[in-house]
Amino acid sequence: MNTVSIIVLVVLAILTLVQVMRISEVSSEIQGGKDNEVSEKDNDTQGRLMFFVGMGFVISVVVMYIKWGPLSLPEPASEHGSEIDGLWNLSMLIINIVFFIVQPILFYFAYKYRGKKGTKAVHFAHNNKLELFWTVVPALALAVLIIWGLNVWSTLMMPENDEEPIVIELYAQQFNWTVRYSGSDNALGFASVYDIEGANIVGVDTQDAASADDIVTKELHLPVGKPVLFQFRSQDVIHSAYFPHFRAQMNCVPGATTNFQFTPTITTAEIRQNKDVKRHVEEVNAIRAAKGEDVWDFNYVLLCNKICGAAHYNMQMDIIVETEDEYNAWLNEQKTVAETL
Amino acid sequence: MSTKSTENPHFQDHLMEHHHKENFFTKYIFTMDHKMIGKQFLVTGMFMGIIGVMMSMLFRLELAYPEQSFPILEFFLGKWAPDGVMSPDMYLALVTIHGTIMVFFVLTAGLSGTFSNLLIPLQIGARDMASGFLNALSYWFFAMSSVVMVVSLFVESGPASAGWTVYPPLSALPQAMPGSGAGMTLWLISMTLFIVGSLLGSLNYIVTVLNMRTKGMSMTRLPLTIWAFFVTAVLGVLSFPVLLSAALLLMFDRLLGTSFYLSDIFMGGEVLSYSGGSPVLYQHLFWFLGHPEVYIILLPALGISSEVIATNSRKPIFGYRAMVGSILAIAFLSFIVWGHHMFITGMNPFLGSVFTFTTLLIAIPSAVKAFNYITTLWKGNIQYTPAMMFSIGLVSTFVTGGLTGVILGDSALDINVHDTYFVVAHFHIVMGLSAIFGMFAGVYHWFPKMYGRMMNKSMGYAHFWLTFITAYGVFFPMHFLGMAGLPRRYYSNTAFPMFDNLADINVLITYFAIIGGIAQLIFIFNFFYSIWRGPKAPQNPWKANSLEWTTPVEHLHGNWPGEIPVVHRWAYDYSKPGAEEDFIPQNVPLAEGEESGH
Repeated sequence: MNTVSIIVLVVLAILTLVQVMRISEVSSEIQGGKDNEVSEKDNDTQGRLMFFVGMGFVISVVVMYIKWGPLSLPEPASEHGSEIDGLWNLSMLIINIVFFIVQPILFYFAYKYRGKKGTKAVHFAHNNKLELFWTVVPALALAVLIIWGLNVWSTLMMPENDEEPIVIELYAQQFNWTVRYSGSDNALGFASVYDIEGANIVGVDTQDAASADDIVTKELHLPVGKPVLFQFRSQDVIHSAYFPHFRAQMNCVPGATTNFQFTPTITTAEIRQNKDVKRHVEEVNAIRAAKGEDVWDFNYVLLCNKICGAAHYNMQMDIIVETEDEYNAWLNEQKTVAETL
Repeated sequence: MSTKSTENPHFQDHLMEHHHKENFFTKYIFTMDHKMIGKQFLVTGMFMGIIGVMMSMLFRLELAYPEQSFPILEFFLGKWAPDGVMSPDMYLALVTIHGTIMVFFVLTAGLSGTFSNLLIPLQIGARDMASGFLNALSYWFFAMSSVVMVVSLFVESGPASAGWTVYPPLSALPQAMPGSGAGMTLWLISMTLFIVGSLLGSLNYIVTVLNMRTKGMSMTRLPLTIWAFFVTAVLGVLSFPVLLSAALLLMFDRLLGTSFYLSDIFMGGEVLSYSGGSPVLYQHLFWFLGHPEVYIILLPALGISSEVIATNSRKPIFGYRAMVGSILAIAFLSFIVWGHHMFITGMNPFLGSVFTFTTLLIAIPSAVKAFNYITTLWKGNIQYTPAMMFSIGLVSTFVTGGLTGVILGDSALDINVHDTYFVVAHFHIVMGLSAIFGMFAGVYHWFPKMYGRMMNKSMGYAHFWLTFITAYGVFFPMHFLGMAGLPRRYYSNTAFPMFDNLADINVLITYFAIIGGIAQLIFIFNFFYSIWRGPKAPQNPWKANSLEWTTPVEHLHGNWPGEIPVVHRWAYDYSKPGAEEDFIPQNVPLAEGEESGH
């Protein structure tokens, strides 16, 4: 019944519209206007609108930067993160300069050269100097970005280590993360899906000597100032380990091991004192209080960032960055594979 | 390149015979006339577009008000929205099918299918496509593929849900998510049909452009629309077969137990018997099409806007040769940049460097195009037809979205915004909006050619402004969500308190999305109203130069009643000094002492 009445309403609305259209067309015919020819008045109105709406858009972008810019992630909590942010800031500067020059020019031209009766456009088909200019200038800007970008990329992907990084495995499955520390030998024991059984959820090969001191846990603790080499595995579909605060991300691919190395530089306790983070926490808690939800305290977080199924949106793990002593104390409390399996 | 006329002296008699035998089926359904096939593509594309846009409105509702109950969700989604709350599986299905429909069915078939078919013969001066039969076949494969895609929405286990890129293993294993069951099989069948149709069409376009240009229509006199359609067709022919192989191998993995993409998988309490495959192989094959696909979508829109901007600025397009050169450069580069979608798949970092280099190079021809558009406006005499408004909108979105490509193409920067809303903002603005604006521009501009009537301009203006404002309102704020680290394809952001302060932005985006979606009704109403009731169109309503406006308003099979016109000049002799009118159609011979630019 409901559906039928909606359909009837829609049909009636369309019929009304058709009649209104016909009336407006007939009346404009009577007045001798050519309703569908673009008139000088249209050019004037639309040209002015182009200017006002276009500039409105450009101004609204400024407003968005002011209002929502502070929502961006806080300062990077890893060594390479500041290099990424430096490159990011330069790229943003360049594209914003281009944006705030080109968009206003576009809308200004759209307004300034709106059609007027009796004027004729200028026949201007090409100009090699101009075209060379706007080929070469972007090429130069891009050369800078490419060279700097490749430099950052290679330091990220092929880091030079003064000290041996701590090897930690992150193991992904629908829809949670498991961590495996490599223990005192700093080597992960062999593992594969064929060894998964009962409590051995990540499939550690207990026959492998290197696996005895491995620690399998559901908590991710990292020591500050130490390079950490993450190795990623997945047992089912592709996941992506996304550490936004550390400017790090790598896919977890079933059938392969991937890796990413970074050095955390700010402990969880320290970052909670960061003024951007404090403001963020206050904002969020005000919203949560209004909805009657628990108070939240900032934690670094690991998210899944590759579509992996129904609960993809809730595949997460907190990351605790602490001093080396705290880290070692925590790690010593954990049971090794030899003790648990 | 020499041009030959393929005119058959008996063609006209032949044509008259045909004219009287037409009935409803031969005229509207099993037609081989390129103009009618173009309209078939358009209407089918619009139908699919309505589905795609409605889906986005539904999932936007979910994103603004996560896990809240809306009767409208239950009305549309039934068991997938129990008590009016959308299920996470259905959310993923909606974003997947929205992406698939918009990318392939609307912006590939609906855009390039419509305007390549309509304009290639008309603008190069040909009676029809090289093969009318292949052309009809191309449409019918597309129609079948659309039917299969729509049918897949109604299967018990739900439509494909692994994202429009359908990465295995998620898409390969029905145990991984319900959408990877029958829905995924239908998705693959639909895409296979789609690719066959697209290949038949593309081959036809290439052959027609190369062999059937009228006398005097050298390649350097082609309107930029034709250049764009031609290069698009070449891209399609070279890249779609790779997607076909990717889809077939995925089908084998799903149905025949092969292990092209699968290895070492533990699911449902057991190790599955797949071994030795690589999910990353699929991504290479997919993106080898996937990236050229971006330009398959974008180039026709850029071609259309070149034509519309030149005509309505009453000026020659600035830097014709540079425009052609940048189309070719973009097309070439598009084949060697696919890896920028895969920087963080664990691919060799050296490859990442190469792909960063090639990707950022694309910014150069793109910048040339943007600046040439703006210079075309300079000192013009701009006629604000709705088509012109959308073309200017296209230049704006092309610039806005293109700029963030400089960030995403840089492997080091991609790490932290990969698969976040920053990416969603980028590709929707640069590819989605630009292409859909180009498509609207094309419809408004060539509607008189298609239906012999004019669309209502006031509704066109209203449609433009609502679309332009809401489109930026939807997608620009998404940059900020991405910079706050919000991943895409999340059913809701409530699982992470750190995103709680983004909820307001999501609500705002949803308002814009719903207003923008509803605003499209203006266009749909205008379109269908004008088909039947619009004022009769004059032969050359926009005072344009290209050959399609030398054909009579009434369609006839074979396009020109008499001889095919001979071309004497390029398509952009607008406001030429010394000429009385501000346009000189291509078939007008050079006046005495007049210099031909081309």
